[in-house]
Amino acid sequence: MQDNTDLTTLIFGRLTWESIPYHEPILVATFIAVAIGGIAVLGAMTYYKFWGTLWRDWITSIDHKKIGIMYVILGLVMLLRGFADALMMRGQQAMAFGESTGYLPPEHYDQIFTAHGVIMIFFVAMPLVTGLMNYIVPLQIGARDVAFPFLNNFSFWMTTFGAMLTMISLFIGEFAKTGWLAYPPLSGILGSPGVGVDYYIWSLQIAGIGTLLSGVNLIVTIVKMRAPGMSLMKMPVFTWTALCTNVLIVAAFPVLTAVLGMLSMDRMLGTHFFTNDMGGNMMMYVNLIWIWGHPEVYILILPAFGIFSEVVATFCRKRLFGYTSMVYATVVITILSYLVWLHHFFTMGSGASVNSFFGITTMIISIPTGAKIFNWLFTMYRGRIRFELPMMWTISFMITFVIGGMTGVLLAVPSADFVLHNSLFLIAHFHNVIIGGVLFGMFAGINFWFPKAFGFKLDTYWGKWSFWLWTIGFYVAFMPLYVLGLMGVTRRLSQFADPSLQIWFQVAAFGAVLILGGILTFIIQLVVSFRRREALKDVTGDPWEGRTLEWSTSSPPPEYNFAFTPVVHDTDAWADMKKHGYERPKDNFVPIHMPKNTGAGFILAAMSFVCGFALIWHMWPLAWLSFGAIVISAIVHTFNYNRDYHIPVEEVVRVEDERTRLLDGYA
Amino acid sequence: MPDMTTTTAGTNKVLPSTHFYVREHHPEQGTLLGFWLYLMSDCLIFASLFATYAVLGQSFAGGPSGKEIFELPLVALNTGFLLISSITYGFAMLEMQRKRVNATLLWLAVTGLLGAGFIGLELYEFTHLINEGYGPQRSGFLTAFFALVGTHGLHVTFGIIWLITLMIQVKRFGLTTENGRRLMCLSMFWHFLDVVWIGVFTFVYLMGVL
Amino acid sequence: MSEHNAHPAHGDDHNHGHDHHDDHASHGSLKDYTIGFVLSVILTAIPFWLVMGDVIADPGVTAIVILAFAAVQIVVHMIYFLHMNTESEGGWNMLALIFTVMLVAITLIGSIWVMYHLNTNMMPGMMSEPTQKM
Repeated sequence: MQDNTDLTTLIFGRLTWESIPYHEPILVATFIAVAIGGIAVLGAMTYYKFWGTLWRDWITSIDHKKIGIMYVILGLVMLLRGFADALMMRGQQAMAFGESTGYLPPEHYDQIFTAHGVIMIFFVAMPLVTGLMNYIVPLQIGARDVAFPFLNNFSFWMTTFGAMLTMISLFIGEFAKTGWLAYPPLSGILGSPGVGVDYYIWSLQIAGIGTLLSGVNLIVTIVKMRAPGMSLMKMPVFTWTALCTNVLIVAAFPVLTAVLGMLSMDRMLGTHFFTNDMGGNMMMYVNLIWIWGHPEVYILILPAFGIFSEVVATFCRKRLFGYTSMVYATVVITILSYLVWLHHFFTMGSGASVNSFFGITTMIISIPTGAKIFNWLFTMYRGRIRFELPMMWTISFMITFVIGGMTGVLLAVPSADFVLHNSLFLIAHFHNVIIGGVLFGMFAGINFWFPKAFGFKLDTYWGKWSFWLWTIGFYVAFMPLYVLGLMGVTRRLSQFADPSLQIWFQVAAFGAVLILGGILTFIIQLVVSFRRREALKDVTGDPWEGRTLEWSTSSPPPEYNFAFTPVVHDTDAWADMKKHGYERPKDNFVPIHMPKNTGAGFILAAMSFVCGFALIWHMWPLAWLSFGAIVISAIVHTFNYNRDYHIPVEEVVRVEDERTRLLDGYA
Repeated sequence: MPDMTTTTAGTNKVLPSTHFYVREHHPEQGTLLGFWLYLMSDCLIFASLFATYAVLGQSFAGGPSGKEIFELPLVALNTGFLLISSITYGFAMLEMQRKRVNATLLWLAVTGLLGAGFIGLELYEFTHLINEGYGPQRSGFLTAFFALVGTHGLHVTFGIIWLITLMIQVKRFGLTTENGRRLMCLSMFWHFLDVVWIGVFTFVYLMGVL
Repeated sequence: MSEHNAHPAHGDDHNHGHDHHDDHASHGSLKDYTIGFVLSVILTAIPFWLVMGDVIADPGVTAIVILAFAAVQIVVHMIYFLHMNTESEGGWNMLALIFTVMLVAITLIGSIWVMYHLNTNMMPGMMSEPTQKM
């Protein structure tokens, strides 16, 4: 019997039947719902014989456009999960006053707020941002793919499997109860002996590798693969912001990898980086993780700024005001974002000199950001503004983000921060900039580029519903939190004693319901648009009278993007081409050199997932086995030298002729 | 370039469409730049570990200090291994330029052996310390020390695995453009580790015994 | 390169258009490697000698001197072994390096500064005698 237990422990580590949360009704119900939904999807895929297509055309695809779409789908699916967490929290906080303890036990509530933060940042915002960059950047610079197409596929699958690791923590074991940055000593082995923090660490490590590699990939793409003539100061602004964002990714994510590695050593090997005893220093964790964490904020917002710049210029039918200052502002933000990290922990006690330095740098960073707002306003000034959906999201962003920015400057004052630190004021502030900035940016981008990716526009009626519900819902949900924060209510509480606060939480919960409406109407918008796709069809490839090169291709673009590489003479290259009577070439096509699809990225990422799972549960033999398998498969993959092929000229002619027919029919 | 902009901007005259495209365009190869960017990110992993060592380096928790446990002659020998391996890798690259497969392989093998010697000595040092009871669990200082030096050692280990893989590939497929590029990436990796080691022996070992 | 000549617009940053022109990054010469090696041996030997032989009485001065040697040696390795120059990859290698060095400096100096102030402010008793902590 003893031997048997030892063997079970060796193989399964900490995993036992007790780890399955079948005694939690909420989780069991969720599991049943997920299982039914999952079986339905699998059944439908089998019925429609989708598996082969899925594997050949999507999972193994190294086409940056398909990978971009998959990133966006991942982000939207995870948004549903992250938002379900948000609804549960709002519901709990609206109820749990006085005698009532609400419906969520504290240990479950703690997992929910941690999962909400982790998922929204890493698996919603990051995939949406990366997805749009992946799709748009090569098209904007006139390239046929990214610099390392295989790596792109691998990055995507690492991100996805990281997200999946977070998701299975729902049904096997638990997630961290520490808050989204898992500060020690709470996240140490003494404070959190369970597997929750390990799920947190390994899902972020796996996803982090993907993010880092995709950062390297896009930088090299932008540096090396621009169309002839596109000097740096002729790049579209979105490409500029993508470049800066990826520089930030490459320079910040290693710090996260290192600090999470140290935390996992503290937990697995009993070292003393961040322990309270034996010479460890837990504040070093806080210091290091914010050296990553602050640039991360700008990783998310810079591409959104890029989207707004493209949208404003397009829908005001004007060249962007102050292109040069926009670029410099972006670069200055990139650099300054490394000099402000301490403002996240002014209250640590580093003293007046340190706090005032970081307070001042934080306030300085609002200057280039403000310059950007003025640039957008001046672009709109005397423009012929078309209030299409992307433009509506942009205007909503400008108003909302300015409020968030100003509360940010308030928080940058160290003495004010001592009062507001960890309060709901802070929560309101960062939701104000992340929803009002990043998320609105993503919706602007999705509405803007959707016709490019799928060949038909999104439905305006439901889009407007979604827009107004999101915008109003945001204000109703978060303005009360500013008030509560000023009254001294701290974050992450699951129950309250003072009944006079309840009304504010109920208002906030109502706001969350409005946002739910915004998400549902967005889904309806997608479905309705799909059903009306013939009416909404984009034949020309240029539905908005766009200004940059992606609008010169068909919608959706052919696999090779450009039959002939464009030559750029002006910042708004496509607008320049149209102005000079450009006519699409119709003959003399040549074969096109393209990379081949490969399943290696998916397989490597799947093995990393197994390895991560084994490490979480201390299944050492499996961990070593899967790690060895990863190394060996990676080596085997390098023996494959035959990675590309030529699209034959007949195929190119066929695709281009079809487009010619379409365009002629339309004209 | 600027002259072209000034002549075309602002006018709406029709230009020949060939002005706006090229029939064939081959973008530059980006592998070396990409690998360099990866190295820069690795540099920041080491920066985090150095920063941690700088903060925890005096937290002895009643355990030994660097002065008591570092054996400089050993470190000097190890540094020698790594330095010599740098120049032997350089010789391999010079032979590669002359397209001499066997000489390249020979120098790569020497480099790999020196790397293995480095790892062997480091493992000896680590096991020795652990047997004395000065493992990474002993104090914040030792934790930070093992993490920094160990991470460097892990990089060298992966460098050796990669080196062996490349030797097989060069042997089988010759010094093709692709293999040459891979050898250059490993070259950067190897010399980069040498640069990190300069920081380690100065900041950790030499300053530790002062 | 014919189509490049037809499009002068594209002259500056794309002068190696084709695959086979790409790997012309400098590989160094025997002379470079030898100079680099000799310099780095010297720059390694002197700090070891300074520390092992207790040459300078004041440890603070020794520390500064050996850090200076390390800095010089890193530059030597960058130039002679990693072949860094302002031209390779159109200057992007150098730009990335400068940016990274800046960030490494921010991470190191910033962390030390922040944590030192934290320790002096929050645990004043422990700073003077760290070894007495247990």
